[in-house]
Amino acid sequence: MHWLAVIGASHMTNNMIYRVIAFFLAAGSLFSAAACSNNVNGVPEPKSVTRESIESGRVFMANYGCGSCHTIPGVPGADSKAGPPLDRFFERMYIAGRIDNTADNLIQWIMNPQEIDPGNAMPDLGVTEDEARSMAAYLYHKPTILDWFQR
Amino acid sequence: MNWLKRYRYAGAAFFLSSLLSACTAAPISPANMPSMLEPQGPAAARLAELWWLMFGLGALIFLLVVALMFAALSRGRRAGADSAADSRGGDEGRKWVIRGGILLPMIVIAVTFGYSIYTLAVVENAPGDPAVHINVTGRRWWWEVNYPVEGITTANEIHIPVGKPVQINLESADVIHSFWVPELHGKMDLVPTRLNSIIIQADQPGVYRGQCAEFCGLQHAHMGFLVIAESNEAYEEWKSAQVQPAQSPADELAADGQDVFVSQGCVFCHTVRGLEDKPVDRSAIDLGPDLTHLASRQTIAGASLTANTGNLAGWVSDAQHVKPGALMPNTYINAQDLQALLAYLMSLR
Repeated sequence: MHWLAVIGASHMTNNMIYRVIAFFLAAGSLFSAAACSNNVNGVPEPKSVTRESIESGRVFMANYGCGSCHTIPGVPGADSKAGPPLDRFFERMYIAGRIDNTADNLIQWIMNPQEIDPGNAMPDLGVTEDEARSMAAYLYHKPTILDWFQR
Repeated sequence: MNWLKRYRYAGAAFFLSSLLSACTAAPISPANMPSMLEPQGPAAARLAELWWLMFGLGALIFLLVVALMFAALSRGRRAGADSAADSRGGDEGRKWVIRGGILLPMIVIAVTFGYSIYTLAVVENAPGDPAVHINVTGRRWWWEVNYPVEGITTANEIHIPVGKPVQINLESADVIHSFWVPELHGKMDLVPTRLNSIIIQADQPGVYRGQCAEFCGLQHAHMGFLVIAESNEAYEEWKSAQVQPAQSPADELAADGQDVFVSQGCVFCHTVRGLEDKPVDRSAIDLGPDLTHLASRQTIAGASLTANTGNLAGWVSDAQHVKPGALMPNTYINAQDLQALLAYLMSLR
């Protein structure tokens, strides 16, 4: 097993080596399954959701001061708890405990919270539809290790 | 130890490159972070000059030391000098110590000391009488700004006319703070029971960020302010708007908000000039910033947040999460009252 010495693994037993190989095989198949899942489910991502719109959504959330009430991963200083935390928003069932968590509802909610639920604590901030769309894109996107590298 | 000698250049190169890479790996500061090396006023220009002189001398000495190190490495031990006693160098070595170790530092220190004193004198005795006098009081953790002649009180935002010397009188209401606008001047401490002053001047219109530069407690890092240098006309316009009392609420929601402001206790710490029916005489407890023209300011909470409805909502309802330890308590007002209060506060233009 001279080649093991080359990669610095000459101390590994056969059992350990098999486990490592099994791990990479499993990880690889999971990865390729995840890569194919979009086609299998037949749910293409909306065209408007691009890396740019996700990134600009992040910037809008910072500029409108969302982080003064909400905890939002990736937005500097956004660690408040006056409102609900917005991490893993795609797992939420309801928005504001009132309407279904769909993209259209979220966009409407960001733009007109006082119209949908008068007197609730979230103020109207004068967000435009394009801005709300970007913010929704940011809230729905699943962060990956790449996001961590790009910050 | 032959291998040491063989790799000496590689080792020195690695050492130098690690120094350089440590520089490039440093985090890049955001674009709005001010630098004293980009001076925008006469005093800051002098201070930057002094900084570059000291940096230049330091760099020269560093290069000299490195060059000597390389010279010593490449020369190696003198042939035949095997024992420690022989390698001391005798008189020649002593000369190196006296010139390089005593004379040279004395010259360098004399030059930097002299230039520092000269810079201090020039910066302290700015020519011309100050055109404007402003009183600034440091508080935990924000800045009260007062224009005594005009009778303007505001917070965390100092408007000055461009190109004119402005005297800032500095006082502290609690602990020691330090007034620092890196692009305009050096630091000046605010010491309780003492009155310090500093003369700043901005050569270009612009917004210059300032910061408390003396650790003063939990929220020291969020004790910032803005110096806004503007043309004479814009400055006069700003002044004439600021001397006005607050306008009465324009719509029903804002009027409700005014009631909330009075009934929920905001008035106990905050002044809104022109607001009638104050429930108590609170002249002695000016704890929080004057909010008469809050919405005309660019920031809130010691320049730590942009002044907009979103940030104001979080700050008013949950200040202790935004700035833990700040003297502003969480308000516990109900959500509907919060909407009205926000409408009222954002109408204070």
